[in-house]
Amino acid sequence: MGEENGKKVRRLVIKDIEKCVGCGMCMYACSRRKGEAGIDSSGILAVSLSGFERGATVIFCRACVEPPCAQVCPTGAMRPREGGGVIYHETDCIGCGNCIEACTINAIFRRRDGKPAVCIHCGYCADYCPHGVLAYEEVEPEAFRRVIV
Amino acid sequence: MLTKVLHVDLTRYRYWVEDRRDLFEEWIGGTGVAVKLMRENMDPKVDAFDEESTIVFAVGPLNAAYPLASKTVAMFKSPLTGNLGESHAGGRTSTSIANAGYGAIVIRGKSKKPVYIVIDNDRVYFRDARVLWGIEDSLIVARIIAENEGGRGTRSVMRIGGAGERLVRYACVTTETYRHFGRLGLGAVLGSKKVKAIVVMGRGSRKIKDRKAYREIYDEIFKLATESDAMKKYHLLGTAVNVKPLNEKKGLPVKNLKATSFEYAEELSGEKMAEIIGRRVACSHCPVACIHIATLRMPYENEPYFYKTLMLSYDYEPIYALGTMLGMKSREDFLKVLYKVEAYALDAMTTGVCLAWATEALERGIISEKETIVKLEFGNSDAYAEAVKYIIHQPNEFYEVLAQGVEKAAEVYGGKEFALAFGGNEMPGYHTGYAAHIGYSIGLRHSHLDNAGYSLDQKIDSYPKPEELVERLMKEEQWRQILSSLVVCFFARGIYKPDVVCRALKPVGIEIDEDGLKKMGEKIYFEKLRLKKDMGFDASKLRVPDRIFETETPHGKLDRSYMERALRYFAEVVEKV
Ligand code: SF4
Ligand code: SF4
Ligand code: SF4
Ligand code: SF4
Repeated sequence: MGEENGKKVRRLVIKDIEKCVGCGMCMYACSRRKGEAGIDSSGILAVSLSGFERGATVIFCRACVEPPCAQVCPTGAMRPREGGGVIYHETDCIGCGNCIEACTINAIFRRRDGKPAVCIHCGYCADYCPHGVLAYEEVEPEAFRRVIV
Repeated sequence: MLTKVLHVDLTRYRYWVEDRRDLFEEWIGGTGVAVKLMRENMDPKVDAFDEESTIVFAVGPLNAAYPLASKTVAMFKSPLTGNLGESHAGGRTSTSIANAGYGAIVIRGKSKKPVYIVIDNDRVYFRDARVLWGIEDSLIVARIIAENEGGRGTRSVMRIGGAGERLVRYACVTTETYRHFGRLGLGAVLGSKKVKAIVVMGRGSRKIKDRKAYREIYDEIFKLATESDAMKKYHLLGTAVNVKPLNEKKGLPVKNLKATSFEYAEELSGEKMAEIIGRRVACSHCPVACIHIATLRMPYENEPYFYKTLMLSYDYEPIYALGTMLGMKSREDFLKVLYKVEAYALDAMTTGVCLAWATEALERGIISEKETIVKLEFGNSDAYAEAVKYIIHQPNEFYEVLAQGVEKAAEVYGGKEFALAFGGNEMPGYHTGYAAHIGYSIGLRHSHLDNAGYSLDQKIDSYPKPEELVERLMKEEQWRQILSSLVVCFFARGIYKPDVVCRALKPVGIEIDEDGLKKMGEKIYFEKLRLKKDMGFDASKLRVPDRIFETETPHGKLDRSYMERALRYFAEVVEKV
């Protein structure tokens, strides 16, 4: 474990969630990666904690070692990825939404076309978080599971 | 390009969508498009509370595409001035509207019973709000609606409080707890239409053809926003940093502008406020996070060791209006009054100016405690908190009148000389010189942010001829019509310079050069001025309160004849439009 194709696994991680200001810069970065201005394909969501007076947080995939979302996928479009998390094959996906239901932390989002948007841990957004909440780092999957979201 | 316009008809509970590429191609978006949509959808002469009265929310080509393009323009007939109303708010308003796929939303008609409107991407729902009507705290309203509706993280909840329901003519619309369509009474217009809230959920994107160019200019703007000094002021102490220097230079309005320096300025300064910052938050898609939130810890009245902790956002403007103008001696006193103003969703600036006028009127014996019910005196926060409640509930004729603004109050009770309104809108917090005051008078939404007069005053050593000053203010405001058509945050005006704007527009499908932009700014400016004229704006009737000339500014006392010459010149410009 901890290796993917002989390399260490890198994942999007949270350094200090209490610093999140809810700006959504990360969320816009994620869709921009795909050439979109907006958030349709974003695998990360910035939310307030029942109103901004209570602060803000982000929700994204925490790279399960045994991903429930992949287990319920009827077509194999959502597949477990070695070292944790998932790989998503859009062309195999029928948009049934099972994966969206299955993720306990609600980290899969529904795009306008009904298909899922999920974080694939590419790390692009981390550079756009201005407040030190996110980072892209090498992790031990087991250690990563212990990170408090 | 965002070219769709959503129409919502409250009288018939219907909605429809039009593709208005023509409009967006000719007028960009935001302010430019809103002016045209107002023109198309409403007889300029109708009353603000009339069924036909129209509200336009508009965004522009940069919203949801670039950082700091975080504002929505609201345009409406102002119940405060009887003329064109325009106010801008951030929060998630603009990104939700843009991500839902709309360039603008037009709201017309009048509901028979209270409703709240839910715009869930391409569908619109009218929800029964009878149970919510009467909940006067706008924060509670938002919490309930947030529980009821989906779209967490992608939605904006724009709502009114008690002020809007009771048609206080300077009721605001609050969004995401801390941002406001503040000035000129949009909240009352919604209240008159029996709309408690508008929820917009948007989860979508626009496809960008030239991804590489898009990312390049995006990164350039992102770097400017996070690494250069362009946003430093807002990133650090925020606009509240102005309190101390304005006080030192004698530009800070104190106690209804009887003075411009204040012994307690230090107490209300940005530095002092920063000591109690509880957290910072940001508008959607903004790396700066300029929203400063102070914590106010208050003991229960009758129980020891019980506390409530309020989280209140502040800026320079509320500190001026509810702090220095009311002679508050501590930040806690200021925050106590701000809390009431926020809960009822009133415009902080107008409320402060109205209360300051009432206090002076009481001091002078023009009115008595029979009118004010509570003894208003500068520095007494409990009395002001009480008076805010009366503005909402209007228990007597005096508060009915005060709920219509200071211009009206002075018309009925006297004291016009010290009723600090320009064009019927209460004064912003800068007594910095001619440019500020001429700016309030001739600005197309009477905001200090339109014309930059206050910053000109601070740069200028000696004033040019009044005509020239007017020209300079108009030029700057024409450029700002572009900023508010894109729609970027005015705090980011140091980043969105003409060449950056041109390059940012290209990947989103708009080809225009700097010269073209400038001409466009001029065109929007005059189109808006024409609309104002048709709504009854008469530049020759602009009134400047005597108080302006009695109190020291950083440039000494101002001379009425300079002001009058400037206003005469502007009236001639308007005449020709
Ligand atoms: S999407 Fe949810 S269930 Fe799937 S791997 Fe990520 S966290 Fe686990
Ligand atoms: S929505 Fe697509 S990825 Fe998700 S479970 Fe269904 S087929 Fe699989
Ligand atoms: S790591 Fe990549 S996929 Fe995940 S949220 Fe960030 S940009 Fe999106
Ligand atoms: S960019 Fe950082 S601060 Fe902003 S929402 Fe994302 S995690 Fe929070």
